[in-house]
Amino acid sequence: MASVTGTAPALSTGASAPPERRRSNWVPYALLLPGLLWLFVFFVVPMITLFSQSLQEGSIDEGYTFTGNVGIYAEALQSYFPQLLRSIGYAASATVLALLLGYPLAYFMALKAGRWKNVLLVLVIAPFFTSFLIRTLAWQTILSDVGPVTSFARSIGLTNLLQAVGLTSNDNLMASKFAVICGLTYNFLPFMILPLYASLERLDPRLVEAAGDLYASPAQGFRFVTWPLSLPGVVAGTLLTFIPAAGDFINSKLLGNTQTVMIGQVIDAQFLRVLNYPLAAALSFVLLVLILALVMAYVRKAGTEELV
Amino acid sequence: MNDQIPPTLSVSLARGLLSRRTLMIGAAGLGVTTLAACGSKGRSPSASGGTSASAKSAQDMSASEKLVNWSNWPEYIDVDDKTQKRPTLEAFTKQTGIKVNYTEDYNDNDEFYAKVRPLLAAGNDTGRDVWCSTDWMVARLIRQGYVQKLDLANIPNHGNVEDSLKNVEFDPGRVYSLPWQSGFAGIAYNPKATGGKKVETVDQLLTDPSLKGKVTLLSEMRDSVGLVMLAMGKDITKFTDADFNAAIDEIKKAKDAGQLRGFTGNEYTKPLAAGDIAACIAWTGDVVQLQAENPSLGYVLPQTGCTLWSDNFVIPAMAKHKKNAETLINYYYDPKVMAQVVDYVNYIAPVKGSKEVLVKEDPSVAKNQLIFPDPQTLSRAHVFRGLTPAEETKYSAKWAELTAS
Repeated sequence: MASVTGTAPALSTGASAPPERRRSNWVPYALLLPGLLWLFVFFVVPMITLFSQSLQEGSIDEGYTFTGNVGIYAEALQSYFPQLLRSIGYAASATVLALLLGYPLAYFMALKAGRWKNVLLVLVIAPFFTSFLIRTLAWQTILSDVGPVTSFARSIGLTNLLQAVGLTSNDNLMASKFAVICGLTYNFLPFMILPLYASLERLDPRLVEAAGDLYASPAQGFRFVTWPLSLPGVVAGTLLTFIPAAGDFINSKLLGNTQTVMIGQVIDAQFLRVLNYPLAAALSFVLLVLILALVMAYVRKAGTEELV
Repeated sequence: MNDQIPPTLSVSLARGLLSRRTLMIGAAGLGVTTLAACGSKGRSPSASGGTSASAKSAQDMSASEKLVNWSNWPEYIDVDDKTQKRPTLEAFTKQTGIKVNYTEDYNDNDEFYAKVRPLLAAGNDTGRDVWCSTDWMVARLIRQGYVQKLDLANIPNHGNVEDSLKNVEFDPGRVYSLPWQSGFAGIAYNPKATGGKKVETVDQLLTDPSLKGKVTLLSEMRDSVGLVMLAMGKDITKFTDADFNAAIDEIKKAKDAGQLRGFTGNEYTKPLAAGDIAACIAWTGDVVQLQAENPSLGYVLPQTGCTLWSDNFVIPAMAKHKKNAETLINYYYDPKVMAQVVDYVNYIAPVKGSKEVLVKEDPSVAKNQLIFPDPQTLSRAHVFRGLTPAEETKYSAKWAELTAS
């Protein structure tokens, strides 16, 4: 937006004839209009409605009226603080995991894959050809208590290890923290890989060579050249993974148990089963503000110290 | 099941019955913002359901548009396994010339209500002419004036409704609704996962250490809490707040102990057959259908009692093809047609004479206690009592706190 408005005056100073100037003035704004209108109708208005709804009181039968009941926020936080915290924790774990899995893959694709690059890219995107829901349901089958994955994990002692660190509560994999975090990682992994790939692909290999010429070890070359240059991709990837993961309710519903409920699941239940719209709206807002705060803190840290 | 029903049961099926198939997944597509944008000013019908608001009707286009839009639960009608067509619907179209848009988008009472309420509250057409709601939801729809009275002149077969279902508390004389199917909620188990052990009591579900982490309950409050209250010796046709809370505590104890794997809609079927779920609270028709492929699966109606519910045809306000919808209902109230449906879905038929048809055509189904229960079986079945709107809000909030946290 800034760049579009920024070019408008530059164009107008360059033009000499007044009619032309007028046209070049409004065209950029006119082009902006559909987008702004779209965001206004589908983002600003619902946000305001959501906020006002959170301050209403009443019931489905009698209707809701605005009473400015701020106490609902205290109630929401008090009742569902553990779920909020848990969502943030799961989303953060999934983000770290996705980064650990995605970075080497993106690196390979961008710098080493050669003519296989496009094939690999399609493979990364391929899961999107089928529904999110189906992919998560497939994990139920993969991690099934009676399936081969679980019996293999049992035979190599992985289940015992996971149980010891508290990621599962018995010698199965399904219906546990472990399964939920795996599901989140899997479902959002492409969102991590694609921005990483984009930033690594732009990386000039001569810079890494130059580091080598200056007697940097490969590790040092990575640390001081490749990693800093890929940081925009890392930041974009972590945000694109963390934000949807924190609000997700499908993975925890399908792969979790009664102790792994995430905040999205609570909001879903409050909106669709209990029909307590104010509480659901308040919870949505709390989640929104919390994520916004975390993201701002993160971007500020990553952005000022290392990106520039 | 008609005249054999013991007097305790012929008490009207209270409005507080159970729903089935709580497949919450369907909610996935419903964004929070969409809902937020929905109007929040509800109507204000009388609180306790004494007098109900009357539903608005639209101009009936039945004569000019030979069409009816029916929303129903998934896997709730006969399907030809080879052609994937629905024989009774096809025959209906052939017989009457009315095309049926059959949509399986009714996954869950609460979710469906959340979907159509904004339209109904604004006095708009929902795009549907008929759907099948569970008893307690029908009670709410009538109370809020969201469903229209049936024109019984268009449903001459309505007299075939089982006597026990004729006079229900929420719709005396069946003015607004007619049952589609009924069923029980009981306990299902997979002997392969329990090590051959039978699971026959609710106590076993909630406390048996050998089932730890392999038990699911239904997210449908009236089923799960109902069964637990019955196991505690309470009468679910007239329980108190204290009884309800005691049952909630009991379930919470099991949940905190890690006994429960989750609260499900009918998505329990696959894991149960595979053995991921060792035992669960389950609906009759689902398990009878599963048993066809997994004969070892066990299903019991606990000695302490099980719950009984019906899903009912209703015609929403502003429906455009009301007469066609009534023609459709009339068609399914023909015992021969209903027998064909029940033979496939394996729930309990609400239409007199369907058993007689099946005795001839499929005696094994006609003999199945879960499909055509005898008085002894029925004496174990109970109906969750109707709730006032205030109770409904209070209880469902408690239940949601337990299941979704």
